[in-house]
Amino acid sequence: MYGWMGTILRVNLSTGAITKEKLDENLARDYIGARGLASKTLYDELPPRTDPFDPANLLIFAAGPLTGTAATSASRYNVVTKSPLTGAIAASNSGGYLPAEIRYAGYDMIIVEGRSEEPVYLWIKDDQVEIRSAKAMWGKGTRETDALIRDETDDEAKIISIGIAGEKLVRFAGVINDRERAAGRSGVGAVMGSKNLKAVAVRGTGGIKIKDGAAFREAVLRNLAKIKSGPVTGEGLPTYGTAILVNVINSHGILPTNNFQLGEFAGAEAISGETLTRDLLVRNRGCLACPIGCGRVTEINWEGNRERGEGPEYESIWALGAACGISDLELITKVNFLCNEYGMDPITLGATVACAMELFAEGVLTVEETGMPLHFGDGQGLLELTRKTAMREGFGDVLAEGSARLAEKYGRPELSMSSKKQEYPAYDPRGSQGIGLGYATSNRGGCHVRGYTIGAEIVAAAVDPLTSAGKAKLLIDVQDFTCVVDSVGMCLFTTFSLGVDDVLPLLNAATGVDYTTESLLQAGERIWNLERLFNLREGLGREDDSLAPRLLQEPLPAGPAKGNVVELESMLNEYYQLRGWDNEGRPTGEKLQALGLG
Amino acid sequence: MSRTLVIDPKLCTGCRLCELVCSFKKTETYNPARARIRTIVMEDEIAFVPMTCWQCEEPVCQEVCPTGAIGRDAATDAVLISLERCIGCKMCMMVCPFGNIQSNGAKEPVVKCDLCGGEPECVLFCPTKALQYLPADKFTLARKKRIAEKFRSILEEVEW
Repeated sequence: MYGWMGTILRVNLSTGAITKEKLDENLARDYIGARGLASKTLYDELPPRTDPFDPANLLIFAAGPLTGTAATSASRYNVVTKSPLTGAIAASNSGGYLPAEIRYAGYDMIIVEGRSEEPVYLWIKDDQVEIRSAKAMWGKGTRETDALIRDETDDEAKIISIGIAGEKLVRFAGVINDRERAAGRSGVGAVMGSKNLKAVAVRGTGGIKIKDGAAFREAVLRNLAKIKSGPVTGEGLPTYGTAILVNVINSHGILPTNNFQLGEFAGAEAISGETLTRDLLVRNRGCLACPIGCGRVTEINWEGNRERGEGPEYESIWALGAACGISDLELITKVNFLCNEYGMDPITLGATVACAMELFAEGVLTVEETGMPLHFGDGQGLLELTRKTAMREGFGDVLAEGSARLAEKYGRPELSMSSKKQEYPAYDPRGSQGIGLGYATSNRGGCHVRGYTIGAEIVAAAVDPLTSAGKAKLLIDVQDFTCVVDSVGMCLFTTFSLGVDDVLPLLNAATGVDYTTESLLQAGERIWNLERLFNLREGLGREDDSLAPRLLQEPLPAGPAKGNVVELESMLNEYYQLRGWDNEGRPTGEKLQALGLG
Repeated sequence: MSRTLVIDPKLCTGCRLCELVCSFKKTETYNPARARIRTIVMEDEIAFVPMTCWQCEEPVCQEVCPTGAIGRDAATDAVLISLERCIGCKMCMMVCPFGNIQSNGAKEPVVKCDLCGGEPECVLFCPTKALQYLPADKFTLARKKRIAEKFRSILEEVEW
C-alpha cells in the first residue's frame, strides 16, 4: 500500500497474544485513518454498554496516512476508546514525534485489548513486539517513565505513557507522549491505567511509501507557503503561541471567568500570550513536520529552582487561570507542568476546581469537605488540589471524578459547566453562538476541537458571533472537515490557512486513491455519523445534546456580548435537519444509506 | 564564490522537516532513520541542533579512504562518496569527528550529505531559516551586523 503502512498491530494484555493484521483497503479508503479508522474499529468491535474500565474496552492508538510524511504538521495520532468521563466515544489527539514513529515501525494502528495482571509496557521495535514488566515505572511521573524506558530499550525510542493520574483512574487522566505532548481529554489515560498498561515504547526504522512523489512534494511546498504567509499560522501562533487568544477572546467578552459567571477577566493581561512571551518563553517548538511551531518551551523559577517544560497552552491558561479567577502565570505554568507529569487534563482539572470554588462560594461545600478554604483566585489552593486530585487524596478523590459528578454529588448539577459530562473549554458560547451548538453536539462532550467555529466567528471575524443564523451549517462544515484533518493525521491548526482542497492533493498523491473534494468531505461526514451511532448505541440522545443551564438562561452580565444567552433549541433543530437526522438526533435510514452506514 | 550550509540552532524548532525531505529525496520514502541530516533533540534543555556534514576543507574521511572513493564536487565543493569505488569498509564513518557519515543498513554502505548538487532540499523546506545555504561571507556579515546593532544600542545607554 501507499500512504498507509497496511498493518494493524493488536495486543491482548489478558492473554499476551500479539497479532498483526492486514489493513482492509476499503475501510482505509472510507475511514481514512487515525480518528476515522479507529472509531470504525471501536464501533465494530466493542460490545454495547461496556464499562469503560472493563478489560473488554479497546484502547486504540491510531495514526493517519499522512502522519510521518512531510505534509505540513502531519504529526498527529488519535487515542480512541470509550470514555470513562462521558460514556461516549473518546478520540484524543496529539502530535510530537511518537505518532510518526508508529508508522516508521510499520503500523497504522495499535489496538490494545484486555487487562494485564501486573503493570506492563509494550516495546515495539519495528516488527518485534514485546510485553515487558513496568513494575519499575509504576507510580512514576511521565518524564521519569520516559527516561527509564528509553534506558531499558533504545535511546531513540519514542514513548507514550501515563502518570499517576492514569494509574489512579482519574476520570480525566490523559496520555502523554514525547514527555510534553498530551492526548489530554476524555480520560483516555484512565483507560490505559485500567489495563495496567504504563507505557508504549516505539522505535521504527522503516519508511513511508508515496504513490506520486513529485505531486506530493509540490503539494507540500504549496501548503508550506500558505502556512508561512497566513496571518494566524505564519505570524500569530509562531509569535505568541495559542495564548495569543487570551486577549483576543477577553476583548470579545467571552473569556469565561469564575466558572462562567463572567465573560471578562480583570487579570487577562497578566496571563496573556504577550506576557508569557515576555516573561517565560525560552523558544518555540514544532511537532514533526510543523512549520508553525506553536509549542512554547518555557521556564519558571519555582521555589528557588529553574524548571523548564512546555506550555501552558491557551486552554490550560484559561482553565487554570480565568476559570478559577487566578492571574498568576508562573503558578499556572507550574500547575500545567504538574498536569503533564501526572498525566492529567488541565482543562477538566481547572474547570472542576472552578466548579468546586462556586460550590464553596454558595456555601454548598465547606472546609469540612474540602479540607481548605476554596475561594476564586486561590492559586495555592489550585496547586494543592492538583496534586491531591492526581493522587486521589482527600477531597482530590471527589475532584478526580470531574465537575459533573462533583456538582451532582452536592445537589447542584447545574453548576457543572459541561456537556455529556465533559467540561467546556475557553470560549463563552453566549457570545459566540456557533461554538455553543458545537459544545452541545460534540461527539466527545464539551470540546472546542470537534467544530472550531471560533475560527470563523472570532479569529477571522467572517461571521457575526452573536447571531445564531447560519451557525448550524457553519458548524456542520467545520465538524466534517475536522474529521478529515484528524483522520489524515494533520494538525487542526493548519486549517487556519488550509482548506479541503489543500489536503486533497496530499492524500491522493500519498495513497493513490482518487478522492474528490466531495468524497473526502463525505468521508468526514461518514466519520461524524459513525461516532454519533456509537453514542446513540451507548444510550445518549437528544437530551444529551444540551448545555449547562447557565448558558441557556443567564444572560452574560457585561461586555460586548452582554445580555446574550445561547439560542440552542432553534440551532439544534436546524442542525438535525441539515444533518439528515430525525427529531431525536438519530441519522435517518436515507442518510445512513447515502453514507454507506446502512 | 562557493556557498556553505549554515546552521543556526537558535532558530530551530525541532520539527525535523529537514530529516523528512532529505530522506524522501534520497530514498523516495519518508524515513528519518535514513536521512543525511539529523536534528539532535536535547530533552532536558528542550533545545535542537541540526547536524550534517560540514564539508571540511581537509576531510579526514577523504584522507582515510583506501580506494580514493571520496572527492570534492567542483561546482559545490561538497565532499562526495563515489559508490563505484567504495568498498564499504566504513573507515570514513569511523574517522569523521562529527559522526556525520552514516551507515544505515540500506543498499549504500555509507551515506553523507552531498548538498543535493547545490540545491539542498532541507534548506528549501526549513520553515524557520535555521538552515541556510549562503556564501560564507554573507553569513558572517549578517552575524556581524546583528551583534553590531546590539553593541551599538547598549553603548548608547551606557554613561562613560
